[in-house]
Amino acid sequence: MTADTAKNFGPAFKTNWWARAGWLAAFLYAAYAANYLDVSWIRFLRGLGNGAEFLAEMVPPNFSRWQLLSANLMETVEIAIIASAFGILFSLPVGLLAARNLMPLWITWPFRTFIALCRSFHPVIFAILFVKAVGFGPLAGILTLIFASIGFIGKLFTEAIEEISLKPLEALRASGAPFMSVIIYAVLPQVLNRFIGFSSYQLDANLRNSTMVGIVGAGGIGGTLFAAFQRFDYDFLAAILISIIALVMLSEFISTRIKKVFQ
Amino acid sequence: MSPAPLRKWERFTFSERLARFAVFLGFAVALSISLRSVQIIPEFLYDAPTQVADLFSRMWPMDFAYYPAGIHDAMMETLHIATLGTLLAIVMAIPIGILGANNIVHFPLLNWLSKLILVSSRSVNSLVWALLFVAVFGPGPLAGTVCIGFRSIGFVGKLFAEALEEVDPGPIEALTASGAPWFSVFLKGYWPQAAPAFWGVFLFRWDINVRESAVIGLVGAGGIGMVLDTALNLFFWNRVSVILLSIFVVVILAELFVTAIRKRII
Amino acid sequence: MTVEAQSDSSAHPQRSICIENLSKEYVKGKPVLNNISFTVQGQSSVAIIGPSGTGKSTLIRCVNKLIPPSSGNVYISGENITHLTGRNLRMARRKIGMVFQEFNLVERLSVMENVLCGRLGYVPSWRAWLRKYPQKDIDNAFSLLDSIGLLEFARQRADSLSGGQRQRVGIARAIMQEPHVLLADEPTSSLDPKTSVEIMELLVSLSREHNIPLLINIHDVELAKRFTARVIGLSMGGIIYDGPPSELTNDHLKKIYGGENWLQ
Repeated sequence: MTADTAKNFGPAFKTNWWARAGWLAAFLYAAYAANYLDVSWIRFLRGLGNGAEFLAEMVPPNFSRWQLLSANLMETVEIAIIASAFGILFSLPVGLLAARNLMPLWITWPFRTFIALCRSFHPVIFAILFVKAVGFGPLAGILTLIFASIGFIGKLFTEAIEEISLKPLEALRASGAPFMSVIIYAVLPQVLNRFIGFSSYQLDANLRNSTMVGIVGAGGIGGTLFAAFQRFDYDFLAAILISIIALVMLSEFISTRIKKVFQ
Repeated sequence: MSPAPLRKWERFTFSERLARFAVFLGFAVALSISLRSVQIIPEFLYDAPTQVADLFSRMWPMDFAYYPAGIHDAMMETLHIATLGTLLAIVMAIPIGILGANNIVHFPLLNWLSKLILVSSRSVNSLVWALLFVAVFGPGPLAGTVCIGFRSIGFVGKLFAEALEEVDPGPIEALTASGAPWFSVFLKGYWPQAAPAFWGVFLFRWDINVRESAVIGLVGAGGIGMVLDTALNLFFWNRVSVILLSIFVVVILAELFVTAIRKRII
Repeated sequence: MTVEAQSDSSAHPQRSICIENLSKEYVKGKPVLNNISFTVQGQSSVAIIGPSGTGKSTLIRCVNKLIPPSSGNVYISGENITHLTGRNLRMARRKIGMVFQEFNLVERLSVMENVLCGRLGYVPSWRAWLRKYPQKDIDNAFSLLDSIGLLEFARQRADSLSGGQRQRVGIARAIMQEPHVLLADEPTSSLDPKTSVEIMELLVSLSREHNIPLLINIHDVELAKRFTARVIGLSMGGIIYDGPPSELTNDHLKKIYGGENWLQ
């Protein structure tokens, strides 16, 4: 019966050679890359020993310099808010000008390249360049995050505009409405809710990133964090990390509430 | 004919409008407070365009000869860090994601623990993770790989948990009714439904990680960032520009690659 | 057929579902099911009819504890399963086949794999993972698919099938469990009239062939009368009628569904 059935009906499952080859390739790659990067068990285990020491020194967290800590946190929040406001403000026109269904190619092309440039570089690279350009301090951080915001909101906003229905536009153009009215009455109502959504997400992202730009001198709590690292001041470091996590969790909580307001 | 009663139609209820207004007002107040108290030296701001122009002039002409000599190997290292780190993240994120899905694991304490791990992983920036692991493992790609792995757990785990929570409960009910053990229900009920989302998340995160692994070298965690750091410290601006250009090209290529694969999968 | 040989009628004279004083309240003081008792035994098919929202679905899910009953007992072939948990509950569920309204197939798996899902209670997880099902199970699945006319679809994905074909796969999955009893929750509600009749025919004939008592939730009174030997009418969480379809009168239907204009 057994042999018969197999003969009559063929194999029960299609063999997925692609999947098998994929798994094999993944394992071979992992082995190769680990070797290339000189990642080995011995180093890893030695590192774990260091890690244990490191963690031991972090406990208990030292909040005694809470005034410095809270001043830094304030600056971090300020950077995030200012950068978000200007980033959102600038990305509205940039997104419109980059939408291929509204604008001719000679306008969209430079704006799309600009958005791609803003997106491709990690904020910290912008931060380094701006620190060189405008000196240490929160201004460099703000400029950095403005560019990061334009990259993120600009791209998604452009995509949202490119997905809109063109029928209302046609109707308004047919009635002889000027260009700005077409934008305000036919384009923005279709995408404004999504724009608000992207913006609130970016506010969150800017807060996370503004905790980091200080590592290269662009203001906020990152500078203090980096200093604590360099002075092996690990219990203060733990306090800073806990404050950052708390701040980000708080902002996530607030942004969830805000999203509910705008559905 | 009596006149039609005056009917008012409004898109939002009063309380909805009030809530929206409160959000905008709150943001405006926060913005004005921030603008007043942030410490910016205006002269620096006015001076910025000149400084940026100066920076760009020093970046030109680009020193392309430096690419084969100093950049290529570091760029390969960056790509390996991104890929291996993403694989590491997946291995760690699958169990944590499962713990976080409240339709699979019914212990709120475990759900909460998983959420805490995921939030911590996402809240701590990749550069901070890199600093931590450079302190633990010493400078080099090992610290970078582990950093990318830990940094990505939050993202991958959160989206995986959400994909698991969104699966159609029908097949799960059917498999439970047939008396299948927990792990079989997961393998044959949850996993086939969540797998496409999972691979999508994997690709998406790899794309992000290429960007991130290009900068973690600035604090010593290996890859192209270390080369960039050296060039910056030595004021070799014409090398800096080549490094930035190659990062830009690699990031764009990675994005095109991911988009192409996603189209094939979905 | 192998499946048939394993479920020899004389070997299991005691196959039955016995429900004893079963009640279920989701909210305290508002029972959805109130003190239900009945027995389904041997080679018989029983239809539960009643308007939507009377707890038909809850009743059938209380039988295999997908929904835990508030009080009362459920016996499957004489074994009280009401208080089983964990592994013991799984062992009991293996003996209870279930067919669903929305088919509840795993859409992205092949038809074959969906049918073999009926064996998951018997096969260790690692074997299921590697798809190393026992050859006997695969043989049974093939001959079952052959008998329901879906052999050529075995290696296709379940989401490529039509509604009727999917429900056949759902039924095959339940039969693969070699169940002692078979539950069907509105198996025809998502199907067109012709396919509904075919599915009912298949259910009833499989129940006869394998000697499995069959309990069907159904809101279509005509289908219930045509295919089952006994009808239980449920209304407001209680049993209003329990008897052969021939004695089910319009008065009973009025009591079960309320109103009367719809009867003309």
